[in-house]
Parts: sequence; structure tokens; C-alpha cells
Amino acid sequence: MGDVFENYDIIGAFWVTIQLSALGALGALVIGTIVAVMRVSPVQVLRILGAAYVNIFRNTPLTLLMFFSIAGMAFILGLMLSDDLSTNAYRWAVIALAVYHAGFVAEALRSGVNTIPAGQAEAARAIGLTFGQSMREVLLPQAFRGAIAPLGSTLIALIKNTTVAAVILGTSNPEAAGMLQVITENEGASLPTFGLFAIGFVILTLPLGVLFTRLSQQLAVKR
Amino acid sequence: MKTRRIAAAAISAAVVLGLAACGGSDDGDGDGGGDSGGDSVKIGIKFDQPGLGLKEGSSYSGFDVDVATYVAEKLGYDADDIEWIQSPSAQRETMIETGQVDFIVATYSITDTRKEKVDFAGPYFIAGQDLLVRADDSSISSVDDLSGKKLCSVTGSTSAQNVKDKVPGVNLQEFKTYSECLPALVGKAIDAVTTDDTILAGYASQAAYKGKLKVVGQPFSVENYGIGLKKGDTELCTKITDAITSMIEDGSWDKFVAANFGESGFQPGEGNPPTPAACS
Repeated sequence: MGDVFENYDIIGAFWVTIQLSALGALGALVIGTIVAVMRVSPVQVLRILGAAYVNIFRNTPLTLLMFFSIAGMAFILGLMLSDDLSTNAYRWAVIALAVYHAGFVAEALRSGVNTIPAGQAEAARAIGLTFGQSMREVLLPQAFRGAIAPLGSTLIALIKNTTVAAVILGTSNPEAAGMLQVITENEGASLPTFGLFAIGFVILTLPLGVLFTRLSQQLAVKR
Repeated sequence: MKTRRIAAAAISAAVVLGLAACGGSDDGDGDGGGDSGGDSVKIGIKFDQPGLGLKEGSSYSGFDVDVATYVAEKLGYDADDIEWIQSPSAQRETMIETGQVDFIVATYSITDTRKEKVDFAGPYFIAGQDLLVRADDSSISSVDDLSGKKLCSVTGSTSAQNVKDKVPGVNLQEFKTYSECLPALVGKAIDAVTTDDTILAGYASQAAYKGKLKVVGQPFSVENYGIGLKKGDTELCTKITDAITSMIEDGSWDKFVAANFGESGFQPGEGNPPTPAACS
């Protein structure tokens, strides 16, 4: 077991996984918030667009999005994000992760918005706040606090889904699943190695689960 | 109320049908096993490697399939007695160790790490890592011309690792299978695909790519393809080795090579046909 650690940079691979997760989560949060606002906006076109976004990206397999980003967007449409193929793949992987999970984030936030009594939105409009102001000052802060638990689940799913990026990322600078593939190719498949990577993911996700559960209790809006 | 009842009925019907379907297939498998029991031989091959081991409908074709059929006949099995089993690269050692297959003929390179877990008969073919390029591309004639070129291979494969050692800073895209690399190669998004010359020749011979792609023919590694079998089974190993020797001597080997790789103009590299090593 020891030589697997010596011969392969497993810690480095998990570091790439963490980077992918962090960037993907950031992107998903930004896109997801915009889509959620679109879905609750008073403009019907925006609502339809928001719903379409959620339904398209949430229901497309992530593997497909990943592969399409390289084979379709980069290779056929020529949208190369870098001349270096592995950097290009890395950037597209972050985009695919962000775009896919944004659908889940948007739905989590929308459920958060729906926990707020309708009277608050009406009151906000009644005192003369615009839609943007009432979103920013009244609804979204409460929505985030109410949606902490589902957002946490989405983040945990995102961390595990980074392994899907192995279909395009390659092994020049591999994340955990790519590293596992290299080790399997060179050393043969072994249960202890699989176990090692499973433990790695548990270490990444379990504390997050505990943290988000606690946060959701602390931050819940008392009504 | 009425719709709910209909829905419930539909669901229970679906469940029953689903169970029935499962039962049916189980029976089928059981019968299959019973009929052929004892007299059949289970051979592991690739199902998705044109020119080597390819499953189309219920028929199997390729160089590995031809070799396996020849060897099985020498071992006393008819072609009908062969049960083909898919053996993806990562599962080959496990499948042999657990007895899911009797032996494996699946672009299986003989390496020291693998010899710790399984025994090999052969080699029956000496392949080498090579490059597949567009037929009209004359700028790549060996591995030394790769700087500044875009390359494609399979994630984490020995070929991908090897080319990274040979060409530092190589611009490499890695996909799950070689089939995913080919459209990008034809569409000029990448300049070359690299792996064993046999696998490349298999793709170049496919109808969709015939005449569009060529194998460069300057191998830069040596891959000894062997037939993998259970560790310590010297008796089977010796029989298979004898079968390989007679396959090479009676001209069947040349016939198989011509039949499976002829279309691409691929010629087996140096050292072919090989002399199988003695079983230990």
C-alpha cells in the first residue's frame, strides 16, 4: 500500500479534485442564482427561459455534457479555451460542472424562496421596492438561509461528480478518478486501492455534510 | 379516485412484467450454461476493438478472435463450443483469477507486473506503439515530429503514459476510447492518435475511415501480445504454446494478419511472426 503513495501523487490528484469542486461550485452558485431569480421573476419570458435551463441541464447526463464540451464545442465548433489540450479540457470540465449543477442550485434556491410567506414579497412591493431590490434585500437572503441543506447536498454531489471529468481530463494532471485509472492500468485492479480512493472522498464529503447540517439549523429563519 | 386506481393497476402490472422479464432471462442463462456444460471453453476477448476483437450482432471478428478460435480447435473445441466473454483491459487479471474465463486473447501485453498475477503463453504477435494520422498529412513521419502537434489517446493507458515520457510537454487529449479520438482526427482538431499499431490498423481498416487515415509505421515501443491464463496451469500453457507455434508454421498466422489488417496496408513490425517463449 505504501508504494502506491510513493509512486503516485494521490494527494496531488485529490488537490485537483478539490480545485475542480471549488471552481465548479462557485460557477454553479453564480449561474444557479441567476436562473433561480429568472424563475421567480414577474417576466414570463424569463420564467420560461429559467425553467428551460433547469430542465435541459438537470436532465442531461453529466458524462454527455463533459464529452460534448470537448468533442462538440472545442473540436467541432473550435471554441478552444487554451492551446494546451489539457488546460483546455480542465477549463471545459469546470464549465460543464458549473452548468450542470447550476440547475440543482437554482431549484434549491427556488424552494428556499417558496418557504418565505407570500406576504413578505407583497409587503416589499407595497413599500415601493423594485423587483431587484425586494430580491436582494428581502427574498434572496432568506432563500439562501432556507436552502442551506439542499445546497449542501448539491455541493457533495458536485464533489463526487468531479470524477466524471476523467472522461475528458486525461492524466497529465489527473484528478482522483484519472489517477485511479492510471494505477489500475499499471498495477492491476485492487480492492485496497479502490478503498483508498473511497476513503479520500469520504474525508472530503463527510465533514461537509456535518457542517451543512449544523449551518442549516443555525441559519434557519425562525418564523 | 378512478385515475389513481388505474395508475396503481398500471404500476403493479409493470412490476409483474418486469419480474417476469427477469425470470425469463435467468432461465435463458441457466439453460445456456446447462447445454454447453463441460464441453465449452470460455475465452475472453475485446468486444469493441475493430480488427482485433469486435462483436457485431452475434458474430465476432478480428485477429484475436481468429487466433483464439484456432487455439481452441487445437485444444479440441469446435467453434460452436466457444463462449466469448468480454474482458475490458482493467478486469483481465481478475477475470482469469476468479475463473470467469479459461484464457484471454485481448491485446494482452506480457508485462512483469501482470506475470505476478497470471501466466502467459506466447507471444503470438509483436505490436508496437505507433501513430495514426490523416492519409494526406506528411508532416508526421515518426514520434520525433510530434512537438507542437495535438495528440489523442485513452485516459491513463500505457500508450498515453509512454508518449508523455517520450515527448516531454506533448499536447495530449485523453478520451475514454479510441473511437472518440477518430472523428476529431478526421476533422483536423487533433493531428495524431497513438496506441498499439494493431489497434490503429484495425480502425484504419474500418469502412468509415478507409483511405482517410494511415498508420505511420515507426513503432516506438514493443508490446508482446500473449494469451493470458491462470497462474500455475503449465499444462494448458504448454498446449496453447504448441497451438501458437503450429499456427505460425502452417501459415494460418499470415492468413489472419492479411484478413484483419490488409485493408489498411499495415505490415506487422520487426520480429513478427514471433517465437513463443517456453512455459515456466
